[in-house]
Amino acid sequence: MNRPLPGRMDRRLAIKWMLAAGAASVLADTLSLAAPLADGAPAGAPRGYGTDPDLVRPYKPGDYWPLTLSEAQLRTTAALCDVILPAEGSVPSASGAGVPDFIDEWVSAPYPNYVKDRKIVLDGLAWVDGESQKRFGKAFADAAPGQRVSLCDALAPEAAAGSPLESPSKFFRRFRNLTSAGFYTTPVGMKDLGYVGNVPLATFDGPPADLVAMLGLTDEVKW
Amino acid sequence: MAIVTPDTTADKYDVIVVGSGAAGGQSAYTLTMDGARVLMIEAGRNYDPRSETPMFQTNDTAPLRGVGTPDKPFGYFDATIDGGWSVPGEPYTNASTEKGREFKWWRARMLGGRTNHWGRISLRNGPYDFKPRSRDGLGFDWPISYEDVAPYYDKVEMLVGIYGTNEGLENTPNSPDGVLLPPPRARIGELLARQRGRTLGIPVIAAHRAVLSRALDHASLPAKLHPGNAMAQRVLAEDMQNRAACFWATPCGRGCSIRANYQSTTVHIPPAMATGNLDIVASAMAREVTVDADGRATGVTYIDKATGKEHRASARVVVLAASACESARLLLNSKSAVFPNGLANSSGLVGRYIMDTVGASWGGHIPLLENLPPHNEDGAGGGHVYTPWWLYKEQLAGKLGFARGYHVEFETGRGMPQGYGGYGEDEGGRTSYGARLKEEARRNYGAYVSFTGRGEMIPNADSYCEVDPKVVDKWGIPVLRFNWKWSEHEIRQVAHMQRTFADWLSAMGCTSKKQPGSDGSKAIEPGGSIIHEVGGTIMGSSSSTSVTNSWSQAWDVRNIFVADGGVFASNADKNPTLTIMALAWRTADRILDQMKRGNI
Repeated sequence: MNRPLPGRMDRRLAIKWMLAAGAASVLADTLSLAAPLADGAPAGAPRGYGTDPDLVRPYKPGDYWPLTLSEAQLRTTAALCDVILPAEGSVPSASGAGVPDFIDEWVSAPYPNYVKDRKIVLDGLAWVDGESQKRFGKAFADAAPGQRVSLCDALAPEAAAGSPLESPSKFFRRFRNLTSAGFYTTPVGMKDLGYVGNVPLATFDGPPADLVAMLGLTDEVKW
Repeated sequence: MAIVTPDTTADKYDVIVVGSGAAGGQSAYTLTMDGARVLMIEAGRNYDPRSETPMFQTNDTAPLRGVGTPDKPFGYFDATIDGGWSVPGEPYTNASTEKGREFKWWRARMLGGRTNHWGRISLRNGPYDFKPRSRDGLGFDWPISYEDVAPYYDKVEMLVGIYGTNEGLENTPNSPDGVLLPPPRARIGELLARQRGRTLGIPVIAAHRAVLSRALDHASLPAKLHPGNAMAQRVLAEDMQNRAACFWATPCGRGCSIRANYQSTTVHIPPAMATGNLDIVASAMAREVTVDADGRATGVTYIDKATGKEHRASARVVVLAASACESARLLLNSKSAVFPNGLANSSGLVGRYIMDTVGASWGGHIPLLENLPPHNEDGAGGGHVYTPWWLYKEQLAGKLGFARGYHVEFETGRGMPQGYGGYGEDEGGRTSYGARLKEEARRNYGAYVSFTGRGEMIPNADSYCEVDPKVVDKWGIPVLRFNWKWSEHEIRQVAHMQRTFADWLSAMGCTSKKQPGSDGSKAIEPGGSIIHEVGGTIMGSSSSTSVTNSWSQAWDVRNIFVADGGVFASNADKNPTLTIMALAWRTADRILDQMKRGNI
């Protein structure tokens, strides 16, 4: 696939998860009642939500495992989120839509792939603040809007292997993906994208007739 | 009768059904509607989609925005409970870790089993699919033909409620008039794929899926399904009125609290329970089918997962409906003086000829679909259209280099956004952000189309399961060890899929320079990943070449029947669930008939 499809579960992704998490357990006996602890996680660390969570219970970040970002890391996260997805008219910014809590939940999660993301994100946030101090003499969250953008501009181009920006630019791509995933799955984000479903309908009428005509298509089938 | 515990089961039942999914649900339904007293044994917990389904929840109310984790591989809101390719405490092994030799075994430990998680694509096998060896010399013919199963396809479609159309295409059977429900209208991307597919000679027709596009006709269907059976008609008429039509929102894979989709737990089990003839013991892991000195099955032993204690249930007949591999495992683990190599295994073929569906996919961005005005494309959840295999003649003439076909499923449109990312365009390797990211995300949302191929695998001697001599599960039951190998037919079929999908995307205006490779072995998804495994107790016309006869009855033990996909002698590209249900109904009718005659 060229790109994951927003809005649809991807079997290949699910298999990737399985391979990442279950390769050992397929060959060895796993007797634990929930997913195995990720490599490097401290003993007694939370084990995730298990294989039978209550799906109708309202959930918020922090319910299944503690959030771990510090106050300073959260400030940097929020500032970076808002450069990536700023407010636009009545549409809130990413931080206004609660994305920093989602990123905190993500990097605090006990599953293997998330532990990997944790290192990328924590190292990246530290780099951003250090670079901001170097360039502007203040933390990223305290820098002027133009200064924040200029720093992100330095991270946006794919950095060459071995360049000092290689890791920071990879972090920026990952962080942007997390921010957009967090934002576009909220009700305001979905609306901003143009998703108008998830409402009960008496009939499903298909695409609007003028749209079908505009694209030169026909809907003459007997359905 | 109801949900029971090991201490409150009856002393003896007419039939024990092991498993509660498509096969177990259909078996229990048909048997109890005709008055048989049935005990269903389910390895997972009791589950009720009416109260447990997260209807309408948005992904921001799920941990990690609902994306898959090792605990819930298909996402937080997926209906699966205690399931996945890895189940805690219930390992399996692979004889080889070589790429292409591994098999991944998906299970779901819950009432309704894997019917709670599936695409609900419900296709009939065609006439060729029951006689593949006669057609091309490969694999096995079934001892039955399409005509034997057709009446049961009719019944299952009427009971479950399948939307679709009759197109009269080759090896793609029509249903009788009035059986199918009307399909939902095609989405915009599906219409575009249909128009451009036509230029490549590829047909696109309405999908067949197990979703109620309108309420079932409770006034006339019960009499058609159960002629002369007043009790069954009354129970079914009442139950059908408790199933609402789809309201075109919230994904089917979460389950359906209004019972508009098919899960065993929305269609089969409620009316079976209402007959008063069904007992269900849940969280009960079947260990062994017991036999008497004459080699007749007497019942099933199982572990109560809550206490770890072993219990025994007795019945005149045992129906295995635990899934192809789990039923084979149960037979192999049922060793006795009379059957030292496992039960029903005089042929040595229990566990042999496991088949999955061949899978690969390819997708791309379609500029024509950019920036479309917002409109609701949730529809019936999955695809509204599909492409049946269309190259039968070319294939038979030997022009394709592989012997069996595939159908194509579509993923298009403006579904509920998920947390997997993919919102930025990142042209030239530059990470988009700010106003540019927002513009790209809006422009591209709904402009991605993906084709998924689902093809037939030919049974081979290198793909089988056996009991691992060393490893046991949490309850001390020996586990399965898998052996797997694709043949060149599957590898070349995948290469053909990839090429076709790339051509099709180009015809739709996709400008992506990224093209799939020509090596099918790289694109083929690992064995077991499509979760369509069948075989292992295949049916045939002689006791030396098959495990079960044309009634899915074990050759060696006449009161054991296999109702699941284990009996499949081939695995057509058509998703197996509808055929499993049709065969299970047919088998249950046979059991009822044979019990009445006193033969079993």
